[in-house]
Amino acid sequence: MMKRKMVNFKVNGELHEVLVESNALLVNVLREELGLTGTKYSCGTGQCGSCTVLVDGKPALSCLMLAVAADGADIVTIEGMAKPDGSLEPVQEAFLDHSAIQCGFCTPGMVIMGRDLLNKNSNPSESEIQEHIKGTLCRCTGYTSIVRAIKSCGK
Amino acid sequence: MNEVDYIIPRNLEEVFRAVEKKKRKIKFIAGCTNVIPYMREEAISPELLIDLSSLENLDYIREENGIIAIGALTTISKLTASEIIRNQSPIIFSAASLLGNPLTRNRATIGGNLADASPAADMVPPLLALEAFVHTKRSEGEGREIFLDKFFLGPNKTVLAEDEIITHITFSKPKDSARGIYIKLGLRNSMAISVVSIALMIEMEGKVCQKARVALGAVSPTPIRVYRLEKNLEGKEIDQKSIQECSVILKEEISPISDIRASAEYRKLATSVLFKRAIQKVLNGEKT
Amino acid sequence: MKTYLIEIKLNGEWQKAEITAKETLIEVLRNKLGATEVKNGCGKGDCGSCAVILDGKAVNSCLTLAFQANGKEITTLRGIGDEKKPHPIQKSFVQKGAIQCGFCTAGMVVSAKALLDQNPNPGRQEIKEAISGNLCRCTGYEKIIDAVQDVALESKP
Repeated sequence: MMKRKMVNFKVNGELHEVLVESNALLVNVLREELGLTGTKYSCGTGQCGSCTVLVDGKPALSCLMLAVAADGADIVTIEGMAKPDGSLEPVQEAFLDHSAIQCGFCTPGMVIMGRDLLNKNSNPSESEIQEHIKGTLCRCTGYTSIVRAIKSCGK
Repeated sequence: MNEVDYIIPRNLEEVFRAVEKKKRKIKFIAGCTNVIPYMREEAISPELLIDLSSLENLDYIREENGIIAIGALTTISKLTASEIIRNQSPIIFSAASLLGNPLTRNRATIGGNLADASPAADMVPPLLALEAFVHTKRSEGEGREIFLDKFFLGPNKTVLAEDEIITHITFSKPKDSARGIYIKLGLRNSMAISVVSIALMIEMEGKVCQKARVALGAVSPTPIRVYRLEKNLEGKEIDQKSIQECSVILKEEISPISDIRASAEYRKLATSVLFKRAIQKVLNGEKT
Repeated sequence: MKTYLIEIKLNGEWQKAEITAKETLIEVLRNKLGATEVKNGCGKGDCGSCAVILDGKAVNSCLTLAFQANGKEITTLRGIGDEKKPHPIQKSFVQKGAIQCGFCTAGMVVSAKALLDQNPNPGRQEIKEAISGNLCRCTGYEKIIDAVQDVALESKP
């Protein structure tokens, strides 16, 4: 029988205590135990980036993280990107303005990476944006509108 | 496709001379929006294409003495651009706006839509509801004036003889008090072959229905008028009871098939729903 | 096979072509007159990738017999604008990311031009109806509609 452990972490500002199996993936715990289905599970091998969340401020592939390894961490998912009053974060607004969302599956990962880049580089170039999102796959848009959306948030 | 010859007569004499002389399998064409797909699929194998699209005086929309006349070569686009059609026969306007897509509407003709005689032809239910007549010319003898409800024999079959072409379509301009609607149910909003379509025209006096004309497309081997339904509406108030009776009549009067677009069961159900929707919209003064 | 000689004014220049009776306009444009910007998608008028302007009206060139274009004016994407002199619609498509694989683009630009010639200030619904005969498998249409709307806004005095 799989060993279970209690883990504690903060998700989008709220403290959670969850009993998880030792081999549970962070992505599945977030989605199934905490109901935060904005984070997507797709390839399960870290290639598509749709499972991207922030762990202690850094982007992480939650399908390649055991939940037990996130014990004590400060996690932010796409649900936590919007402002406290519910209004959208600027990158999200830009995605809407630039029609950078088609099926929407890659969008949470793209938004998190976009925000991560802008936090480090307030006015990234197109190629810098392309470099930063290259771990996040999109099958729909052809990327152009995503790059433009992120670029438009630069100052 | 097999080898095909093509001529483009300038007048009716040339058309009929070609018909007589050639004695080949002929196909009259105009917009070609159905004919080319048929030829590619080899559903038809004509030997001679007689292109009617250069014939003069067959492309018009006129109103005279309360009769609206539409030349057979009038494109569906022209119908949607016509003030006469928009104002005097809004159900024709609706059907024309829903037929095909903007590109095919620029080529497809009303004559072609009738002559092709698809059970789902969009222009037919409104013309049936308006009690239209089809006018023809032929090489031998006089042309005919055929009541549209007697024009269709079956899927893609009409009473037209081999040497007979449609010249124009006429109907009486509806009374100012008449109200109508054309509703089309398709799998898409554009370029959809109707799954079920309904054209409804009613004249009310207060709450009583004086006159009702109901035509359906895509639920029988040809588009049909539903005379039993019309009689059940006329001379009465339209209420839940009469609408319910009409739903029962509808199920009995139609003979839909199951095909790739929908099952017969679905079509039966949808016909009832569309009828109720049509009646409610018309009574509310809605046009679409 | 019996052939005929026809003349078409293609993007402003008269061109001759030898055709058979059953040849469609798209076959002649692409195979005989080098107008490969006109795309052959479905061959039966469902996808609109073959759209051209014939005597001022946007039509499916796959549903028009070549013979029916004899003596008439045809405008394709290249006649609307090219690399040296792009049309505002084309510039807007590029700017808005409205081109992914590009296959639908020629037809979309033709339908957009036909709309803007008729109605210089269309709303989004009118744009959708104008391109309702053109299928796109890539963009999800939003950017195409944005691009057409942008041209309308740009050209407002």
